[in-house]
Amino acid sequence: MPHVLLIEDDMSVRDGMELVLRRHGHEVDAVATGEAGLRVLSRPRGGGIEIAVVDLMLPGIDGFEVCRRIRGRGQLPIIMLTSRGDDLDVVSGLEAGADDYVVKPITGRVLEARIRAALRRAGPLTRMECDDFAGLVIDRAGLTVTKHGTPIPLPPTELRLLLQLSASPGRVFSREQLLDLVWEHDFLGDSRLVDAAVGRLRAKLEDVPAKPRYIQTVRGFGYRFGPL
Amino acid sequence: MDGLRGRLLITVVVVALISAVTATALAYRESREAVLKRAQNAAVDDFRSRVEQLVPEIDVPTDPRSMARFASKVSSGMRGSLVVVQYRDFTVGSDRSADRTRITPELRVAVRAHPRVSLQRVQYAGKPWLVLGAPVGLGSPSGPGAAAQPSGVEIFAVVSLAEEERDTAELVRSVQGGLVPVVLLAVLLALLAARTVLRPVHRLARATRRLATGELSIRVEEKGRDELAELAHTFNETAGTLEHTVGELREQEALARRFVADVSHELRTPLAAMTMVCSVLDEDAGQLTPDTAHAARTVSAETAKLARLVDDLIEISRFDARAVALTVHELDLAEAVRATLAARCWTHRVETDLPPGIRARLDRRRLDVIVANLVANALRHGAPPVTVTVRTVVGDRLTVSVADHGPGLSPEAARHVFDRFYKADSARARSEGSGLGMAIALENARLHGGTIEIAPQTPGTGAVFTLRLPLRTDSAS
Repeated sequence: MPHVLLIEDDMSVRDGMELVLRRHGHEVDAVATGEAGLRVLSRPRGGGIEIAVVDLMLPGIDGFEVCRRIRGRGQLPIIMLTSRGDDLDVVSGLEAGADDYVVKPITGRVLEARIRAALRRAGPLTRMECDDFAGLVIDRAGLTVTKHGTPIPLPPTELRLLLQLSASPGRVFSREQLLDLVWEHDFLGDSRLVDAAVGRLRAKLEDVPAKPRYIQTVRGFGYRFGPL
Repeated sequence: MDGLRGRLLITVVVVALISAVTATALAYRESREAVLKRAQNAAVDDFRSRVEQLVPEIDVPTDPRSMARFASKVSSGMRGSLVVVQYRDFTVGSDRSADRTRITPELRVAVRAHPRVSLQRVQYAGKPWLVLGAPVGLGSPSGPGAAAQPSGVEIFAVVSLAEEERDTAELVRSVQGGLVPVVLLAVLLALLAARTVLRPVHRLARATRRLATGELSIRVEEKGRDELAELAHTFNETAGTLEHTVGELREQEALARRFVADVSHELRTPLAAMTMVCSVLDEDAGQLTPDTAHAARTVSAETAKLARLVDDLIEISRFDARAVALTVHELDLAEAVRATLAARCWTHRVETDLPPGIRARLDRRRLDVIVANLVANALRHGAPPVTVTVRTVVGDRLTVSVADHGPGLSPEAARHVFDRFYKADSARARSEGSGLGMAIALENARLHGGTIEIAPQTPGTGAVFTLRLPLRTDSAS
């Protein structure tokens, strides 16, 4: 079962979550600080960690910084734990590279579902294809993206979003559809997730992120890949 | 021109006019009198000396010819005035054609009664004249006087006062000319006075308006030691006291709010741990003894309720602190309402009338909160069937109505239904909800620039809550 890194400074919450995660068959590394979490990840092969659940309010380096540093070194899926409705926290966390966020208090079932969805996104995709969109090459088998020969490393959520959009170029996906297809939120997901992921993707893919070529906004409906 | 300035101006000008006109009138009267008197005295002296000089030439009884000669001689010595000489039935004038009605009967009587020179001012043909008259005495070296023998000859002279009148008229005209600058000066002074008085008043008025709009730090300048300065001082004192009091109140309110927010946040952490652990208890409840299982499920359910309450409290305190922002996207209203109902497994308990194609720019999460709270309220306190209806109104607003078929709301309940922790049924101390749902729904509606209205109670229908929102689409915004 997946190996989870849990960074949470409150002991009771940490213990409760560890208990739940272990019962669902996960191996858990539960630490109280961002520094300790990053130390775990710096072990050989990332300590075998497959997903990180990060509290935003941490002593020492905070959750945003932890997100950024994890993103800086790899494609590990990140779920951030946040206080409800603190819009600024949510947006900042997503922009720092988190794939998803959950609001405390959270039940074990929801946390487990979110972890599974995030891991599925990181998992292999079945379609075997290699598409070339005007220099942007998306290798669906090798799950790599290169632009004019330069590899563009993408975390799982962004990669999955790109694969989803580019699989049907020209088709408009609403935010809700993308939430459903990429994040597997069955209802009322937060469209901020979609907007933040699109923003990060554009920053990496587009020549001019403010005037996107690949991922275009269709006002009032959602997003579309191309037409180029 | 505003009221106070106008009144000040009018008052000053009227006062200036009255004083100027009064002074002019007095001066005119005095100077006219003086001018006339001088002319009169000069004429009397002339007349007397002339007559005295010529008396020896006349014989009594006399004849018209010598009378005429006498008259013309007197006349020639008095700048050509009309001179009339009368003796018994003869009357001879220096100018035959001249009208003699200027010599009034009163004057004739006076001449007959007094031996000295009598005089009278008369108006004739619109001009002022001085008429002099005297009896001519004989044998008196000092001329017409008390000691002389009355000769029966009377002599009258009519002297024009037109020149003097012209002089005084000239005086009046020049004074009139002087009145214009006086009035102008008065206007100027009045404006100046109004400015000095009104400027502080205007400043005060402006400051009061700004104070009324909540700018409590506003103060006015206290200049001088007059009543206006005193007023300004009082205003500043009032504003200071108000600011202090309001500041204290706000501080207390902020403290209270922060307390709620802090408590809620502090509760959240243990609740997070409890919720986690409770999910374990829940899952294992089936393997526990019935009592322990019941306990585990109760703790789990209560923890969930507590978590919901804390969530709502935090949401409310965020509204109070104005720390909420909209994340708007254009969305399909029918789709959004259906998702809200589906997410809470209400699809089969609620009837819907959702016309397709109504799109608006809204915060999806907040719209969900509003609709969910309205429907939850209807399901909890009303009676089925509960109906959700979406409509657009006159193109620029949309409504979402939630109706039930329960007993409806009492007027008391309708008044307080959006109050925090309001319980329609006071006997039921704890209801399923947090007691904050409707308040949160209303705050969310207001955040969108909308409202939630309660339809007036009509028999046979239950409560109808209508959410009204501005219909903002991409093209319109």
